[in-house]
Amino acid sequence: MFVSYAFSFTIREQVRRACCGSRLGSRRRGFPVKDNRIVGVSVPRKEGRDKVTGRARYIDDMTLPGMLYGATIRSQIPRGKIKSVNFGAGINWNEFAIVSAKDIPGKNCIALILDDQPCLADGVINHPEEPVLLLAHSDKHLLPKAVAAVSIEYEPLPAIFTIEDSEQGREIIWGADNIFKSYLIEKGSVDGIWQAAAHVVEGEYTTGAQEQLYIENNGVIAAWDPEQGITLWGSLQCPYYVHKALMALCGLPAEKVRVVQMETGGAFGGKEEYPSMIAGHAALLAMKSKRPVKIIYDRMEDMAATTKRHPSRTRHRTAVSQDGKILGGEIDFTIDGGAYATLSSVVLSRGTIHAGGPYYWPSVRIRARALATNAPPHGAFRGFGAPQSLFAMERHMDRIAQVVGLAPHEIRRRNFLKVGQTTTTEQVIGEEIDLGHLLDRALELSSYHAKQARFKKENLSANIKKGIGIAAFLHGAGFTGSGERYLSSVVGVEGIANGNVRVLVSSAEFGQGTKTILCQIAAEALGLPYENVEIGQPDTLEVPNSGPTVASRTAMIVGKLVHSAALGIKQTLIANAMLDPTYSPEQFRDACRDYVATHGRFRSLARYQEPNNIYWDDQNYRGDAYAAFAWAVYVAQVSVDLTTYHATVDDFVALQEVGKVLHPVLATGQIVGGVAQGIGYALYEKVVWKDGRMQNGQMTNYIMPTSADLPSIRVFFEEMGNVHGAFGAKGIGELPMDGPAPAILNGIEDALGVRFDSIPLLPEDIFVGLTDPLGEQCHPAGAR
Amino acid sequence: MSQARAGGCKSEISFTVNGVFSTVRAYPMERLLDVLRGELELTGVKEGCGEGECGSCSVLMDGALVNSCLIPALQASGANITTIEGLGEPTRLHGLQKAFLECGGAQCGICTPGMILAAFHLLRKNPDPTLEDIREGLAGNLCRCTGYAQIFEAVAVAARRGDVS
Amino acid sequence: MRADPANFELIAPGSLQSVVTLLASEPGRWLPIAGGTDVMVRFAAGMLPPQKLVSVWNLPELRRLEVMPEEVRIGAGCTYTDLREHPVVDEEFPLLANAARATGGIANQNRGTLGGNIVNASPAADSLPALLVYEADLILVSVRGERRLPYSEFHLAYKTTRLAPDELIRAICLRRVFLEYVPYWRKVGARNAQAISKVSMAGLARLSGGILEDARIALGSVAPIPLRLTETEQAIRGRGLGPETTQLARRAVVAEIRPIDDIRSTARYRAAIAANLVSEFLGKLSAKKA
Repeated sequence: MFVSYAFSFTIREQVRRACCGSRLGSRRRGFPVKDNRIVGVSVPRKEGRDKVTGRARYIDDMTLPGMLYGATIRSQIPRGKIKSVNFGAGINWNEFAIVSAKDIPGKNCIALILDDQPCLADGVINHPEEPVLLLAHSDKHLLPKAVAAVSIEYEPLPAIFTIEDSEQGREIIWGADNIFKSYLIEKGSVDGIWQAAAHVVEGEYTTGAQEQLYIENNGVIAAWDPEQGITLWGSLQCPYYVHKALMALCGLPAEKVRVVQMETGGAFGGKEEYPSMIAGHAALLAMKSKRPVKIIYDRMEDMAATTKRHPSRTRHRTAVSQDGKILGGEIDFTIDGGAYATLSSVVLSRGTIHAGGPYYWPSVRIRARALATNAPPHGAFRGFGAPQSLFAMERHMDRIAQVVGLAPHEIRRRNFLKVGQTTTTEQVIGEEIDLGHLLDRALELSSYHAKQARFKKENLSANIKKGIGIAAFLHGAGFTGSGERYLSSVVGVEGIANGNVRVLVSSAEFGQGTKTILCQIAAEALGLPYENVEIGQPDTLEVPNSGPTVASRTAMIVGKLVHSAALGIKQTLIANAMLDPTYSPEQFRDACRDYVATHGRFRSLARYQEPNNIYWDDQNYRGDAYAAFAWAVYVAQVSVDLTTYHATVDDFVALQEVGKVLHPVLATGQIVGGVAQGIGYALYEKVVWKDGRMQNGQMTNYIMPTSADLPSIRVFFEEMGNVHGAFGAKGIGELPMDGPAPAILNGIEDALGVRFDSIPLLPEDIFVGLTDPLGEQCHPAGAR
Repeated sequence: MSQARAGGCKSEISFTVNGVFSTVRAYPMERLLDVLRGELELTGVKEGCGEGECGSCSVLMDGALVNSCLIPALQASGANITTIEGLGEPTRLHGLQKAFLECGGAQCGICTPGMILAAFHLLRKNPDPTLEDIREGLAGNLCRCTGYAQIFEAVAVAARRGDVS
Repeated sequence: MRADPANFELIAPGSLQSVVTLLASEPGRWLPIAGGTDVMVRFAAGMLPPQKLVSVWNLPELRRLEVMPEEVRIGAGCTYTDLREHPVVDEEFPLLANAARATGGIANQNRGTLGGNIVNASPAADSLPALLVYEADLILVSVRGERRLPYSEFHLAYKTTRLAPDELIRAICLRRVFLEYVPYWRKVGARNAQAISKVSMAGLARLSGGILEDARIALGSVAPIPLRLTETEQAIRGRGLGPETTQLARRAVVAEIRPIDDIRSTARYRAAIAANLVSEFLGKLSAKKA
């Protein structure tokens, strides 16, 4: 019927315009971005069919014969010594496999960076929910009662839970001074700038913990065989991280540990380092019981016991000239790492390097520290330190704007990094980025000026105050500095018997599109149809170590290696006179089949080579921090309802320059999803702590946005290309996490004229900010 | 409804799942979710929260969308249940499945079976939904990956095409 | 999942008579379970002690809605979906229809029942303030017969009700006298869907020439039980709409409620929002009369 067709078409257009406005606009000078045959096209998700039919196999969908179920007994106190462990009555303990620290064959630690985190507490507790004992039984229903029947007597020790308590040394709970790591970045001479400054602007900005809240909880299955060693299947991002950890824990050589990634239902960093812990537990139980062991957390356990985003506190003190130029400043960036070091040094690193935002700092001193508290260790979460320090920077820019008397967009425009200038780590901006243009485009797409003017008028009499806020930022792709050289990733592409090629990487798919884009790249490189490229399951027995699936490195770094390895297959066939350089896909596949039939295994490997012109000084934290940056300007239109003090995002523009967009639908999906998490980070997701333990560890009480809470998120790309990434791609996975929170809080300040510098910003906080102790509205709450 | 044997004992509970009449031996208070995933090996039904908040365990029971993690097996006795495995055929995807594939409605895929069933339920009741109708219809299914936009688009596309029976 | 199903019994006798007979035979020993949207959450969290349960889901005597000339009788087993889709409920009792629409998501609306909501007696329950201002009556049933009780007398203290150990709610009766009233319903939660309320309000008012002939206000989540604000109503009944009346109402609300700090919100915030909702209600009435 015509009317209904038009109506539903309109929705589709509405939604498409709203969220998929993938404008591949303004080709800038620099690396040419070509239109390709497969790369740049939204081909079907490689594993999509299995996902929409329910056939995709996640870890809890798998069972093994004779399998036991495992459970973890965890500490109930934040800090102390274990005095005794009592196995209570009413349980037939003989039926259970029981593992404690003394059963650990290798080293009692989760091998990562500092190796300070025990796999099982050995007499000492440093955080609530710390694992102490493990149980396994064939009937999973018996486990909760058994866990409850184990009582542990503690001698409690004083515990600390805040950055302030840690830095003041109220208790020393780690090392000599509670400091996991510190960095100092010094550029120019900061001490001389204050005299010349027309303005000195100070601010303090704080961010809370955030739970990754993948919809699939952590889970693994471990099997043990004296000959083959440990096999571990799991929901994870980094098979080789788990591999390394199990080797150390179980005292096994590399060839006796095998890790296989199953379909993974969301990760966002929460399955970067944590799986080594749950895998270690399952492996120990498997070795003790000689049976396969499955451990799947329920939501309460996953929320309370696993990693969260590091809470942060950033202090800015900035010298600004009369015309609004940053002369220099001091930035103090501190993150709360929880009880053990885990990845805090790396989170700190990224946060520190991003702390100056996309601006030119003639001089700066950035002091950064990661501190210990008695909370479960905080860990990787999309953005990895950058959302924290960029929140501060972008809130601070609006403060600078106010003090100087310039508009938020103007203050940014005057300070944007330009080609040839250096970042805070003295990396020269070599690519032809034009942030002023990006800003202009974002302002236009969001109708910023018209809306701001309109809101200013309407707010005088409206009970729902409206505002609009900007955030400009950058995100470095790949590991910092020499990190990629250290990883020395290897990728394989294999010709197989049916004439197809297969990509071999340890890079995991967990929704971001790893499988799809890597197959696109290989297909493009070889001139093959997308359907003739397969990708192997990440299995350490079968695939080389292409590095962890983190740091927005998969498209850029791993993709580039896939490209090289694929070309290696082609070159081999041509060199063996089995293929003419101007081959057709059918000829390629015939040649491939022939090669495999004749020679057997047909594999091409490519190893990461650091580009020649990248220099990084790890001692002084200076130089080329990242091979490439993605750049973005986000604009959030918000409203605050003064009846309920709810802030809502009504419209959101996300504009970013990301090199080549390999797959428009996937790329848009990454941005929308990341912005949604950023909105949650800003306005909804609060971890309620009590004595180091999360109190609201259920989905009812940890609030993530539903479909009814999110606005149209309108996504736009600029493509400038990037010499280092596959087909010019840069990383995009984490970028969208950095912008929403500051853009939203900037918008709220625009709406209310009241400053909020801490997230999550809940209605209760807005209420307190707007009213006096009697609950009377004490701010005029109009637009500036 | 048939009366199960009293006591902490398993009993035979029968219902129709995806058109197939099935009888299982289960405790009456076993969650329907666990019976579907366990005894019936329909692992397309997922557990995300166990509290009826995330909707990953959504199935259709006598035509109504329900959270199977909150249903005791005994209460499903005699019911007609549809899981994701009952939608479409191996060789021919359902219109919603096709649309999800085209529009990027599935990223990690864990919410997808429940989400598709919720969309199916919505379109059966309201074949021509507005964007607001879609938002509301899917509000009980949480997705952490997509930010929902491409899911809404998939539902709108499927609705427009009309091949959603 | 932290419960062992083997430790629980669940039977489904299939008729109201057999259920109440069972309850009478062992009072307090059988926990009725309807849609399970509360009980099963507690069960899965390991918070339900091993016990016997009796299913009252889909009992024909309970899951029916009778429209009579003077009143509507909603069976306790009616789901939120049943309520929101019923034209008479939607038209004559919009506060209840709105509450049904705002409860959980579609899947939970298909299983949650009005009777279950009442018996669970959470002060945050979405439909209860509506029942208070509609001055619902409950029909309670046991082997001893039926009795009719004003809903306003049902809640005694936090999660403590007048329901006898062998009783069930059979029906909720709403008199069909509210078409002239201006309705107001608003739930304030942490997000727009699937949220437990921080404050919710059901209001009804009948105006005559700008005078509040009758004003009814009930709030959820501001006291240990759902609260009918009789003192606030008294303060404004018979007054004309205007800023003075609104100020009076705001002060009366804050004095009458007993909100707390909990995991979801703070007492101060709840008090402020409660006052704001009442202001908004009165503002809406002013706009109507104009």
